[in-house]
Amino acid sequence: MEAHDKGCETCAFYNAAHLKKLGVNTENADYVIALAGNPNTGKSTVFNALTGLRQHTGNWPGKTVTRAEGGYAYNDKKYRLIDLPGTYSLLSTSEDEEVARNFILFGRPDVTVIVVDASRLERNLNLVLQVLEITDRAVLCLNLMDEAKRHGIAIDDRSLARELGIPVVAASARSQEGIPELIQTIEEVANGTIRCKPHRIKNLPKELSDAVDKLSAQISKNFPDLPNSRWVAMRLLDGDADVRKALETGEFLTATA
Amino acid sequence: MKKDNTDKILEMASSLRWEMGQDYHDKLTEGIYADASAISGKVVIQEGVNTNTTFDRKLDQILTSRKFGFPIMLFILSVVLWLTIQGANVPSGLLADLLLGNIHPWLKGLAAAVNMPWWLDGFLIDGVYMAVAWVVSVMLPPMAIFFPLFTLLEDFGYLPRVAFNLDDWFRRTGAHGKQALTMTMGWGCNAAGVVATRIIDSPRERLIAIITNNFSLCNGRWPTQILIATIFIGALVPSSLSSLVSTATVISVAMLGVFFMFLSSWLLSRTVLKGQVSTFNLELPPYRPPRFWQTLYTSLIDRTLIVLWRAVVFAAPAGAVIWLISNISISDSSIANWSIDYLDGFGWLLGLNGVILLAYIVAIPANEIIIPTILMLTVANLNMMGVGAGDGVMFELDSDTETGDILRSGGWTLLTGVNLMLFSLLHNPCSTTIYTIYQETKSWKWTAVASLMPLMLGFIVTFLVAQVWRIIAG
Repeated sequence: MEAHDKGCETCAFYNAAHLKKLGVNTENADYVIALAGNPNTGKSTVFNALTGLRQHTGNWPGKTVTRAEGGYAYNDKKYRLIDLPGTYSLLSTSEDEEVARNFILFGRPDVTVIVVDASRLERNLNLVLQVLEITDRAVLCLNLMDEAKRHGIAIDDRSLARELGIPVVAASARSQEGIPELIQTIEEVANGTIRCKPHRIKNLPKELSDAVDKLSAQISKNFPDLPNSRWVAMRLLDGDADVRKALETGEFLTATA
Repeated sequence: MKKDNTDKILEMASSLRWEMGQDYHDKLTEGIYADASAISGKVVIQEGVNTNTTFDRKLDQILTSRKFGFPIMLFILSVVLWLTIQGANVPSGLLADLLLGNIHPWLKGLAAAVNMPWWLDGFLIDGVYMAVAWVVSVMLPPMAIFFPLFTLLEDFGYLPRVAFNLDDWFRRTGAHGKQALTMTMGWGCNAAGVVATRIIDSPRERLIAIITNNFSLCNGRWPTQILIATIFIGALVPSSLSSLVSTATVISVAMLGVFFMFLSSWLLSRTVLKGQVSTFNLELPPYRPPRFWQTLYTSLIDRTLIVLWRAVVFAAPAGAVIWLISNISISDSSIANWSIDYLDGFGWLLGLNGVILLAYIVAIPANEIIIPTILMLTVANLNMMGVGAGDGVMFELDSDTETGDILRSGGWTLLTGVNLMLFSLLHNPCSTTIYTIYQETKSWKWTAVASLMPLMLGFIVTFLVAQVWRIIAG
């Protein structure tokens, strides 16, 4: 998944020395990075580790309800990082979930970093799979590895990356472990060195997947530039008023341009 | 062309929806879970017995048990408050000595040396500087103890357990269980609590949470409660017991706030905000050992100093206003005295007095400056000689006893103290919170309800207490 055989220059630790934490300065960013994840997976800790900001962190779900922004520079590129509210899903209508969903859908981040709790992977994957229907440029940050280890849980991160079709970085953001690798991986996805082939939801009953395929084919025929026609189809079939409106007002198209 | 395309898609979507029937959403969700479970089955390796989870579960069984959940909650809150009351005394005195005992005379001397006109000297040094100095010496020590302790509990993972314990009560009142979380946020700051209600999906339940958040004692009000409890309640018992009794008193007021939150949530959900209670999943996160020093550092820098700064920003102009109304006279009496006389009758009905009501008007921007404002106005109104530094000067007294003496000579009784504590719990939110409520609801109507309902409740409760008290006391 990652580029190899180039010696020091591609080694995360070599390059992490060049990380510049820019705090709240997010002007003239080359790339926009969204940080998504379930509540209480350490998203804000990852955010703080990258930006040098000290956004308050706390051990309870629903702590971040607005999106916070910060920036960092790495290898001469500037990154704008958006910490989205933690959500369990993107299918409901509470304000925090809408903030997260609309940003990934309409904000078109260059890379979406999905932070998950390694010791609760199965539950966290619910959101991951939904995000992967929307965007095909994502990195999975397998956070809280230290905690998982204490709980006697190990994760085969290479298989996970293969299953999901996106790079997976194991991390313990509290102690800065995995952060250099994460920065490096974000860069490689942002500049196209790594191409993702994200997992699409498979276990749908036949009549459902047929309907989704049929509608999504129609959507991509009419809007060839839309990267997430399948997600749009799924939402339309669910009667999502926001997505329907976005289609009518052409918001999807302006976002593409 | 584009419109045709869109129409075609929407048409197809609606006919497909028709064919698929009702349970599309559930089947989609099931499909996603099936994928998630298939993937995690391939990559997660569970080694040996999971000792940590069993520990977590045992701890949860105790902390959220029907029998012990509430007592433990009260006990933890008591310990936090007791440490705050005990620990804040000494540094508060030291700061007051420095800022008010030493720097203030030095500034006055400096002003005299450069022949500053009396009104400018009074306005800046006796008004603005004193207000700021008072807020710093009264607020900083308790906050520097309370916030880190609260943050440690938060990092450990205790807050969701509190929410879990209270969830059932909130549901019974027709509100959302997550309101328990926004309530605990409100104990730090009501404006933050109001913003935190965004985690509640249903607009109806969110409004209830917003309107009732003010019943959480915020950090601007804890010091008032602590001070008045120490002076009027703690003084009733031998000094060895007084901080315990004061702690218990403050806890009772905080719990009374919780009770009023339940009561008003219940009333709202039975009347103007009727509707179904929505269900939700509350995840109990794992207990995590807090990183002690980092928590200490961030809660000092991020919370304490930010809140303190806010208090200072609001205290400075309030100090100026107090000095002005005390020094601008209309036919032989200052504006402050006129207002106090005017409000005294109504204040008496509530078991309070005109000074307290005027203080609450002046101090709308920040609850933190209530006590200094009250003291200053009391002294100015009584024309006390030999205490304080003159009209419209906020000052610090050497000890709680002396503060108590001033208040008693201003006509305060035990009833005044008790009712001030009640009124501090039940009155309009500070202006920041009011503005935040408007930002979140975008409705003047609900902002007005959220601001006036607690005030009315405060009037009613203090009025009733005063009447009953006077009948019993004869």
